[in-house]
Amino acid sequence: MRLDPKIPAGPLEEKWTCYRNTVKLVSPANKRLFTVIVVGTGLAGASAAAALGELGYNVLAFCYQDSARRAHSIAAQGGINAAKNYQNDGDSTFRLFRETLAGGDFRSREANVYRLAEISGGIIDHCVAQGVPFAREYSGYLANRSFGGSLVSRTFYCRGQTGQQLLLGAYSALCRQVGLGRVRILPRTEMLDLVVAGGRARGIIARDLVTGRIEALTADAVLLATGGYANVFFLSTNGKGSNATAVWRAYKRGAGFANPCFTQVHPTCIPRSGDYQSKLTLMSESLRNDGRVWVPKRKGDGRDPAGIPETERDYFLERMYPRYGNLAPRDIASRAVKRMCDDGYGAGPGGRGVYLDLTGAIARLGEDVIRERYGNLFEMYKRITGEDPWRAPMRIYPAPHYTMGGLWVDYGLQSTIPGLFVLGEANFSDHGANRLGASALMQGLADGYFIIPYTLGEYFAGATLDKVSPSDRPFVEVQKEVQEQVARLLAVKGKRTVDTFHRELGAVLWEHCGMSRNAAGLRAAVEKIRALRGEFWEDVRVPGSAPDFNQELEKAGRVADYLELAELMCRDALEREESCGCHFREEFQTTDGEPVRDDGRFCHVAVWEYAGEDREPVRHTEPLAFETVQPAERSYK
Amino acid sequence: MRLTLHIWRQKNAADKGRFVKYEVDSASPDMSFLEMLDFLNQQLIERGEEPVAFEHDCREGICGCCGVVINGIANGPERGTTVCQLHLRHFKDGDTLYIEPWRSRAFPVIKDLVVDRSALDRIMQAGGYISARAGSAPDANAVLIPKETSELAMDAAECIGCGACAAACPNGAAMLFVAAKISHLGLLPQGQPERYRRVRAMVRQMDREGFGSCSNHRECAAVCPKRISIRFIAQANRDFINAYLTHPQAASGKSKAAKR
Repeated sequence: MRLDPKIPAGPLEEKWTCYRNTVKLVSPANKRLFTVIVVGTGLAGASAAAALGELGYNVLAFCYQDSARRAHSIAAQGGINAAKNYQNDGDSTFRLFRETLAGGDFRSREANVYRLAEISGGIIDHCVAQGVPFAREYSGYLANRSFGGSLVSRTFYCRGQTGQQLLLGAYSALCRQVGLGRVRILPRTEMLDLVVAGGRARGIIARDLVTGRIEALTADAVLLATGGYANVFFLSTNGKGSNATAVWRAYKRGAGFANPCFTQVHPTCIPRSGDYQSKLTLMSESLRNDGRVWVPKRKGDGRDPAGIPETERDYFLERMYPRYGNLAPRDIASRAVKRMCDDGYGAGPGGRGVYLDLTGAIARLGEDVIRERYGNLFEMYKRITGEDPWRAPMRIYPAPHYTMGGLWVDYGLQSTIPGLFVLGEANFSDHGANRLGASALMQGLADGYFIIPYTLGEYFAGATLDKVSPSDRPFVEVQKEVQEQVARLLAVKGKRTVDTFHRELGAVLWEHCGMSRNAAGLRAAVEKIRALRGEFWEDVRVPGSAPDFNQELEKAGRVADYLELAELMCRDALEREESCGCHFREEFQTTDGEPVRDDGRFCHVAVWEYAGEDREPVRHTEPLAFETVQPAERSYK
Repeated sequence: MRLTLHIWRQKNAADKGRFVKYEVDSASPDMSFLEMLDFLNQQLIERGEEPVAFEHDCREGICGCCGVVINGIANGPERGTTVCQLHLRHFKDGDTLYIEPWRSRAFPVIKDLVVDRSALDRIMQAGGYISARAGSAPDANAVLIPKETSELAMDAAECIGCGACAAACPNGAAMLFVAAKISHLGLLPQGQPERYRRVRAMVRQMDREGFGSCSNHRECAAVCPKRISIRFIAQANRDFINAYLTHPQAASGKSKAAKR
């Protein structure tokens, strides 16, 4: 596997400009001759499909939901970062770049991260032009809020529904292209495999989720914008349908999978309440702007939080990280919360929760201001827990939220398979070992609106693409394999439901490959996952038939892939013998529990190559060179 | 908790469909309505029966996928809530619930509680956008927008496209959905150039899809999970009338394109 990141030459600040100045272009008349498949219609997919349609490409956009407006980007609450420096508080492209790089614990590429920061401002301009109703000041100027891991206020937001508004902006741009005939949307269609022909990605095998029909579709390039794989944990903040099937099948067709163990656990989620729980709900990190996180100083203190006096509260984030306080980055805040609960200070049922308290802010700013900033979050909390956050502090606990790992891509977002591009959360590129808040929306839209329109042209202009047809051998063969897999799932006719396997897998991963990991636990997890996978194929029960609207069959296919991906995550975590960002290996910590990074041995991207059924995958590395910012100890104290 | 459920079962669009009775024992009041359906489905699969098909994704009340009629009310008895955010603590032990899909001519049933809402997408494709090419925008602060305007636009923009408004309307009108989008974009300065073209195109497509007309029943606003106000319908109606009276389609009479 050749891993050439293809980073343009020249100084960091000029790389993207140089790339655009010298990139090969496709003439306007020729663009419509190229068909592009875009899988997924979240921020990255919808923006890419819309932007490519605007350029004149012939685009097919796929989503498993009933409409392109529903992808889980829609649930992003807090905001989107941009280095506009509208607050005059010292922000700049360079500062956003450096904070994102340090936030990722120096496990991402300098050139990619700089480009992201550079593009960030243009995203806000474009979204405003589309009609995204960002929060404003009375003067009519745009407002900002702060987010974790940053000392400036650079986050743009639409109440607590920023992801929704940005996605609806991208969706409406997509709708416009559908009306103009340049984009065709295929909703309720799930990609089940990738077709590689002549060494290039040339199409996909997709299943119509209403009729069950499995079909081969051809294209000149395939873009995966299928999101992350946090649902491998069963309980996560992701949408129920979010899944890893597209990226996993691409991996099995030859795309390198980078840093699979880098999974973000978000500190502020509503704690689980029972065994029936189907998902976890995030409470936006933006609440930490005005909220203070605390636990009682006395272990097992069961008193009503309002009755616990100031002197008997431990504002532990402020105590441990005086400089950043409640705005410590996610990985650090999550671990601190876990530690407090493990040590017996947790509040609520089972002691799995800490208080997120806005009482002080309500008293200082008034209910109206807090309602305007976070009203919908307060409502959501009340609806789910039945408790009123205006009266008592919220209880929160960490939950799997985002995956920094994903398919390896070069500077042009191309995977190790020519013609296969990967955008947004599905790729690994910009967040290293930990993503800062409000950066996922930024990356998704940067990839879709502003990067892929250039890099895809470069690919088309430099490639000779033969005509392909669904009746060509590679398409027929892959389609047959997909049909056989579907038939196999239905044929097991065992006793256990798909969900029971998924829950069990999630529990194993959460225990051994969650917020804290060690070699023995990871080795045990690999064994458990293998055994569970064996049992799945012996005993799973998938009701119904294939040519039908069959939601259990959809789930079964996804869980079958999770059962393989989970093992790779554990292997990756086992091989990375250091603690960095979200990846905390218990063997590598200081005496006071801080992570110890090993730049000598692990300053690289780990990229896994599929080697075949029952064969050990091969671990490759892409070394990370830091020319502008030297990796330093990441300190928020 | 113990609940008696009468759930609409329909194999596909061609099937006639019927209510089937199920008993759910030992449900927890902290379960969401959809978790209760999950719970039932696990039991159905174990008994060798087909689980109930229902649509869902984010389960945070924002994606707009879910939505069923519970005892005759779209999205159930709690105001301003999707069914994924409706918890059983709002029902009583021993309750009997009739659970149906959205009932609207423009939303054909696909299976059980799942309906086809692609009509809403087609209305959006007809004109629910501001034509702004990526890369062409001026600086975001170049156009100032009064806070009040931006907040009002946001109130309208909160629509999640679930279709409850059309399902609840005695006329099967989708006016709240359409009006929310017309108002969101029509309130903002960026939306002005296409304002009247947009309202004409969206209303025309809405009529083509078989949605009824609004006669101010206000059922839509009562069931809207985002509590979108019907004042936006008044606003859209005003824009619609303006589009025809004060902004004639082809002012010069020369351009064919101007007629669209």
